[in-house]
Amino acid sequence: MSQSHLYATVLAEERRGGIRHAALTATVLAVCVAALWITDFFDSRRFIEGIPALAQLASEMVPPDFGRWQHWLKPLLDTLAMSIAGTVLAVVISLPLAVLAAPNTSPNGLLCQVTRTLLAFLRSVPEIILGVIFVAAVGFGALPGVLALALHSVGMVGKFYAEAIEHVDPKPLEAARAAGATPLQVITHSVIPQVFPQLADITLYRWEYHFRASAVLGIVGAGGIGFELMAALRLIAYDQVSAILLSILACVVVVDALGARLRKALK
Amino acid sequence: MLDLDKVTVRYANRVTALDEASASFPKGQFIVLLGPSGAGKSTLLRCLNGLVRPTSGKVRSEEGGNILGSSAALRRHRQRTGMIFQQHHLIGRLTALQNVLMGRLSFHGTFRSLLPLPRADRLLALEALDRVGLADRALHRADQLSGGQQQRVGIARALAQQPHLILADEPVASLDPATADKVLALLHRICREDGITAVVSLHQVELARRYADGIYGLAGGRIVFDGPAAELDAPMLDTIYGSASTPSVQPAPLQPEQTPARLKMAKIA
Repeated sequence: MSQSHLYATVLAEERRGGIRHAALTATVLAVCVAALWITDFFDSRRFIEGIPALAQLASEMVPPDFGRWQHWLKPLLDTLAMSIAGTVLAVVISLPLAVLAAPNTSPNGLLCQVTRTLLAFLRSVPEIILGVIFVAAVGFGALPGVLALALHSVGMVGKFYAEAIEHVDPKPLEAARAAGATPLQVITHSVIPQVFPQLADITLYRWEYHFRASAVLGIVGAGGIGFELMAALRLIAYDQVSAILLSILACVVVVDALGARLRKALK
Repeated sequence: MLDLDKVTVRYANRVTALDEASASFPKGQFIVLLGPSGAGKSTLLRCLNGLVRPTSGKVRSEEGGNILGSSAALRRHRQRTGMIFQQHHLIGRLTALQNVLMGRLSFHGTFRSLLPLPRADRLLALEALDRVGLADRALHRADQLSGGQQQRVGIARALAQQPHLILADEPVASLDPATADKVLALLHRICREDGITAVVSLHQVELARRYADGIYGLAGGRIVFDGPAAELDAPMLDTIYGSASTPSVQPAPLQPEQTPARLKMAKIA
């Protein structure tokens, strides 16, 4: 009797759990559908009108017109240089900030919080906005693009670096301190060697991202291939637009493969 | 060469790890701290190089006086004080040689140490590895070495400091008994040859008896025994280890031909 009572209790509990689970699933689904509805996704009229326009655009994009390819080499090279320069700057600024932002290496709690807030602020300003600001400040070209990429990335890279440093094994740090290392030596010789593969990983991902992002930054006048892309769009030369997009795609594939290979080598 | 004067350590959680402990470590002697885990051995050792700051009391060295007198004094003291840890405390992805070179860091300024250290330091490090029989493993990653080899790298790192004093915190506790005996014998021999003062915490009575010039017995943060190994009798062991039911005498080191399963059991015990 008491056993069947126990079974009944367990099954009732399971049923309650099932109902909670179903309610949660329904809520998540409702939010997703609402988001699509708010953004007019269910307005079929716009799709019916839009599809022929899309087809028209697509047909104008083929065949891609690579006629001006000589004019794109330099901008593509600029974009590549921007991505590398932006990464270098981001790393140089991020590393000391990350040391300050990681609780286990930060000299004090307040500085740690202040640095974390600064990183969060930098992260929250999109690079396209930073791009517009820097174009206004230093003029058109690759330089504002590099500055925008670097500054936005410091927020991201600094946070990831700090997280890597935070999870470092404290034992070798104690060994370095015991051997008379200065606090800075503990960081350079005990913390960094432990997290180096993670830092390299984060940096290379960021470099790959920078290449794609710098193509977009060209649109606001911050140099590189994005500038050419914008020019082609303005001229409604969609066959050139598709050619430029394909060129960017080819470069992204190369950069990603290179990044993957470097990551492997630095393990 | 080193004196502990009424040192008390109370941690933030109000646990008293060390209670008015006084001890002295004469030059060139191999002193063992004996006691169960939690007796305050690690805390006492870490007071001797300032990794733990006493709540009250002083630690004095013959050369430099109060080791916590100034940050420069502390650094000078640590420079010639090698430390060996239970878990080796190596960086797994660096080579044995790179790990040993950590022992040379304090001899260079922070910015100088960002560049590769001079050849003289590299030779010192390699010599230290050679003395522990690992010169041929110098360029292997630390995490590819066996437990016993890793601990020998730990010893080499301490030797690279050309130390006057070596502190060893349960240096063989994470090794199987046969390896433990070999590693401790090596450490003992090197300290003898170089006239290095050693303070070694252990929980195995047998090992302490075999190697110690003098023993401090700890229980509950207090020093309850101070004398040569010969005076360590059964009643005293009961005082140190709490009760007669505690296995106060560890089994003798196992022979190498014993099965891995039994070795593993012994390691856990």
